[in-house]
Amino acid sequence: MAFLEKKTAPGCKVIEEDGLQRVVLSGDWVINTIAQGEAALAGLVLSKDLLTCIDVASVGTVDTSGAWVIHRWRGSLEFGGRRVQIQGLTNNRRSLFEELEHHHPPNYKPERQLFSLVGFLENTGRQMEDIWKDTLAILHILGSLGTVLTVVLQPRRLRGISVAVQFDRTCIGAVPIVALMSFLIGGIVSQQGGFYLRQFGAEIYVVDLAGVLVLRELGVILTAIMVAGRSGSAFTAEIGAMRMREEIDALHVIGLSVTETLILPRILALMLALPALTFISDIASLFGSGLVAWVYLDIPPQAFISLLHLAISVETLLVGLIKAPFMALIVGLISCVEGLKVSGSTDSLGYHTTMSVVKAIFLVIVVDGVFAIFFASIGI
Amino acid sequence: MTLISGEEAPLSPSDLPEDGSAILSVRNITVGFGSKIILENLDLDVRAGEILGFVGGSGTGKSVLMRTILGLTPKRRGEIRVFGHDFADMDLKTRQMVERRWGVLFQQGALFSSLTVKQNIQVPMREHLDLPPKLMDELATLKLELVGLPQDAADKYPAELSGGMIKRASLARALALDPDLVFLDEPTSGLDPIGASAFDKLIANLSKTLGLTVYMVTHDLDSLHSICDRIAVLGDKRVLAIGTIEDMMVHNHPWIESYFRGERALRRN
Repeated sequence: MAFLEKKTAPGCKVIEEDGLQRVVLSGDWVINTIAQGEAALAGLVLSKDLLTCIDVASVGTVDTSGAWVIHRWRGSLEFGGRRVQIQGLTNNRRSLFEELEHHHPPNYKPERQLFSLVGFLENTGRQMEDIWKDTLAILHILGSLGTVLTVVLQPRRLRGISVAVQFDRTCIGAVPIVALMSFLIGGIVSQQGGFYLRQFGAEIYVVDLAGVLVLRELGVILTAIMVAGRSGSAFTAEIGAMRMREEIDALHVIGLSVTETLILPRILALMLALPALTFISDIASLFGSGLVAWVYLDIPPQAFISLLHLAISVETLLVGLIKAPFMALIVGLISCVEGLKVSGSTDSLGYHTTMSVVKAIFLVIVVDGVFAIFFASIGI
Repeated sequence: MTLISGEEAPLSPSDLPEDGSAILSVRNITVGFGSKIILENLDLDVRAGEILGFVGGSGTGKSVLMRTILGLTPKRRGEIRVFGHDFADMDLKTRQMVERRWGVLFQQGALFSSLTVKQNIQVPMREHLDLPPKLMDELATLKLELVGLPQDAADKYPAELSGGMIKRASLARALALDPDLVFLDEPTSGLDPIGASAFDKLIANLSKTLGLTVYMVTHDLDSLHSICDRIAVLGDKRVLAIGTIEDMMVHNHPWIESYFRGERALRRN
């Protein structure tokens, strides 16, 4: 059977006979070969005075693209002042050509964007406006969280199961990766610090370095970044996909508050999860740095622990932990706001998930800076 | 000057054999998920140039059969020949050729949501062919008008279209390369009766002018009556019956009887 046989290239030639020029088309005028057909027709030279007759009787197969190219060429000939006829149409082909008669495509405009100062300023202005809108949206969610906080008085509306499920995903699920990452970071801090401090014979101070650095800053900030990447992006994608499939609208018309059903459980779970994860991360990195101190710097565990007692206090640990709920709030708010901004296309889902992670990580670091200034000014 | 009128043979747009032989033939197909067998030893032939309507109760595997033919769902056993080529031992090049010669309208439209309607229609042209951009634009708007969409729909995104417009735009994309065989999965579901009958006319018209073969999964009794050349009924994991609407009206299988001569069916007269 000859279903997928090869197409012959379309061709055309001009025959002049008594008072008319006959353009004989041959070959297959189908979409696979139509670029050649278009070029062949464009290359024909026709006299202006004779009646032109397009003969399609010996054409193999025609599809809509072939018919369109022939029809368009005929139109351009007529526009140039020639008289044109098409010959050799079967009934089916005639109805195809008649269908095309009704078609008038708009003028072709190539898509091209020129760089201009106005365009640049316009984009900058739009971005400024977006930042303003973001701020408003975050305040809006924060405000609506405030109004639904009354659920604390009615534990039935708190959606404990939902909070527990989210806590399981954001906290329990993240323990292995957070512990592993923190263990490695603790080890690296110890090794790098020890390498340089050893030149002064001061490798003992590795314990102070690792203890203070990890407990005050690194533990919480790395955990927050990991959670922003891991759970923040998941929140954005979940809420965004629900928005694309009109599930958010369904919640609205059923009379449920989106803040109460979707956002509050997530943010609550995250605010519980991040301090817990931070504590795990602190322990894991101290373990890592103690191990490296023992193996690489010959500080035995007993010595490490007693030096650690001198270097840090409970306050050091609390300074780190107190930041965790605020960072969780930032990550949760940003990711939910970005999720709600998703519109119909898959593009925007990807865009907003990216933006959610980028903004959350950026703000986590900003918040950490603000806390550093705060603690410095109250002298901790 | 007289027009040389051709003979009244059905237009074969590309490579359809004249004898009405099977453009698609399915032999002994078995498909299952886990321990559940959906289709068992199923045979089906689709003749070149016909409009085949496919009916069956919900969950009998109509969509599974279509997806199996398209190569989206793996089969356990059997042979599928499309355009005379066996799908199992096809080399990459033939496979690409086959995929260029068929078009699919998915139930939900499956338009690429990040592209405009025009870009959606141009995707197959861009990927498979090397056409000048001006011609691609003209062909895209031509297809749009063929399926009955206004030209200003060309620059809209799928999220901005209504359900009926998505079906039409998706059909336009299925027709982008002027295929010989189109698969339509419930093309008129979710359309109003006027829109549905316009869609039916459109499919019949395209099938006549372009010589399309249409494989249509549908539940619309009106489409079955008005445009389908043959109807196949899926049930009991196989094709229960295949034939014209008249054959179906006198068939005595209980499901077919209640489908074609049930309350809803009789009310339309």
